[in-house]
Amino acid sequence: MSAWLLQHGQALRLALRRLVATPVNTLLSLLAIGIALALPAGGQMLLANALQLARNAAPAPQISLYLDLGADRRAVQDVEARLKAHPSVKSARLIAREETLARMKASEGLGDVIEALPKNPFHDAFVITPADDAPQAMEQLAAELRKLPKIGHVQLDSDWVRRLDALLRIGRTGVLLLMLLLGAGLVAVTFNTIRLQVLSGRAEIEVSRLLGATDAFIRRPFQYHGALLGLLGGLVAWLLVAGTTLWLAAPVTEVASLYRSGFVLQPLSATDSLALLAGAAALGWLGASLSVRQHFTDR
Amino acid sequence: MIRFDRASKRYPPGIDALADVSFEIGQGELVTLSGHSGAGKSTLLKLIAGIERPTGGAVLVNGQNVGSLKRGAIPYLRRNLGLVFQDQKLLFDRSVFDNVMLPLSITGFPAAEAKRRVQAALDKVGLLAREKAMPIMLSGGEQQRLAIARAVVGRPNLLLADEPTAHLDAATAADVARVFLEFREVGVTVLIATYDDRLFGAPRRLTLDHGRLAA
Ligand SMILES: Nc1ncnc2c1ncn2[C@@H]1O[C@H](COP(=O)(O)OP(=O)(O)O)[C@@H](O)[C@H]1O
Ligand SMILES: [Mg+2]
Repeated sequence: MSAWLLQHGQALRLALRRLVATPVNTLLSLLAIGIALALPAGGQMLLANALQLARNAAPAPQISLYLDLGADRRAVQDVEARLKAHPSVKSARLIAREETLARMKASEGLGDVIEALPKNPFHDAFVITPADDAPQAMEQLAAELRKLPKIGHVQLDSDWVRRLDALLRIGRTGVLLLMLLLGAGLVAVTFNTIRLQVLSGRAEIEVSRLLGATDAFIRRPFQYHGALLGLLGGLVAWLLVAGTTLWLAAPVTEVASLYRSGFVLQPLSATDSLALLAGAAALGWLGASLSVRQHFTDR
Repeated sequence: MIRFDRASKRYPPGIDALADVSFEIGQGELVTLSGHSGAGKSTLLKLIAGIERPTGGAVLVNGQNVGSLKRGAIPYLRRNLGLVFQDQKLLFDRSVFDNVMLPLSITGFPAAEAKRRVQAALDKVGLLAREKAMPIMLSGGEQQRLAIARAVVGRPNLLLADEPTAHLDAATAADVARVFLEFREVGVTVLIATYDDRLFGAPRRLTLDHGRLAA
């Protein structure tokens, strides 16, 4: 165990020394990786903010439930009780038909027409806020509500949710695509950097082999080198995104206040930041491993 | 310790570097290997270290059949050997100390103990005062002794050297030869390819002629 730690410590130190030994190459690689990763990371940041903004700005999706005209008091109370007990229903508000009639009579222009009607044409109705406002969950809830007794019509106000959902899906796909493309770019950059390192260290590799070094021993410093390039490149990307967030924060707040919204641009979340750094280090390790493996099979 | 059993080595496209070679070397022996240039001396040493594999027969080191070792087992074979190469293979981008340190880094020696061992090995070959020097600053004889220090720093029980006294003047060659004799004194098995076996006292001698062992 301690020998294992010792060897890994040694490899890490060697990798750091090699990073520092070629400062210009290292900085250029870090910049390339950082800019490449800043695109998907920035996309993720914008996406998270868009989601936040949409949740704040859009009206809560609701389901309207109209009872049969023939439903009496008891039927209404029965439906109300069932709605209160339903686990997918967050809240249900009754709008009694008398209440609707009174409101219509009071409204200008319509009052006379309504007065002339022989009987109340309005239905008792419930306005329901679902516990889960994802489109599918709402569809399912609506279908269940249609099966209640004395139900005339169920109306789903979820069009905007569907639209938003579709937009967010496009956004997520875009970020994923950027992630895949630029992740491959990161692998390519480390592959090439490490290839040059391997070539310039050929004598050392050959001698180490002859003196009893295992493949793992030879590979390890290069893998750490690649992982460090990835990690530091990820850090550059993070700084770029954080800088952009900071820079945009003031104008965004200004626009938001014009719309009477308290929206504030959020930086990359802690989870996303960690994923960025860990993913970048892992991809750097991968690029280095591929590069060294190619060298091993070359000979 | 070392046993060759009808071993042969044919390089592509059909050069027979060694043919039907059989001999045995016991623990603690010092043996020289002589023969004309191209006789197969380097090839024989490479078979022992697993740098080349025999194309016929068997090569056994400490009872292990080197020719049939898996790729992953070869490094551990080499850690028990001290190798002095014909072309030395020193690393010129690092100090004398760091050159000798390399085998210990490979085996993962604790730093403090490793430092003591490196200095002991350098002391043994008379280079302790030059530990901070770069190899390029050393004379031919000193470079040869540096190669020996690197070979013995891991305290191997078998030391293989390929023409370690070539290109050295008589006095320096005698100096280097004495280092090998000292290792024999402490029980290390030594096999040296050389043109000049008189330097090593009156050792047991193997002679190669066009890849075959001469009687
Ligand atoms: N890697 C190789 N490929 C092809 N032929 C080789 C190789 N190494 C050595 N030889 C040939 O094998 C023969 C023995 O070489 P070597 O073992 O180096 O002899 P020595 O060390 O006694 O001078 C020579 O004819 C040499 O040309
Ligand atoms: Mg030779």
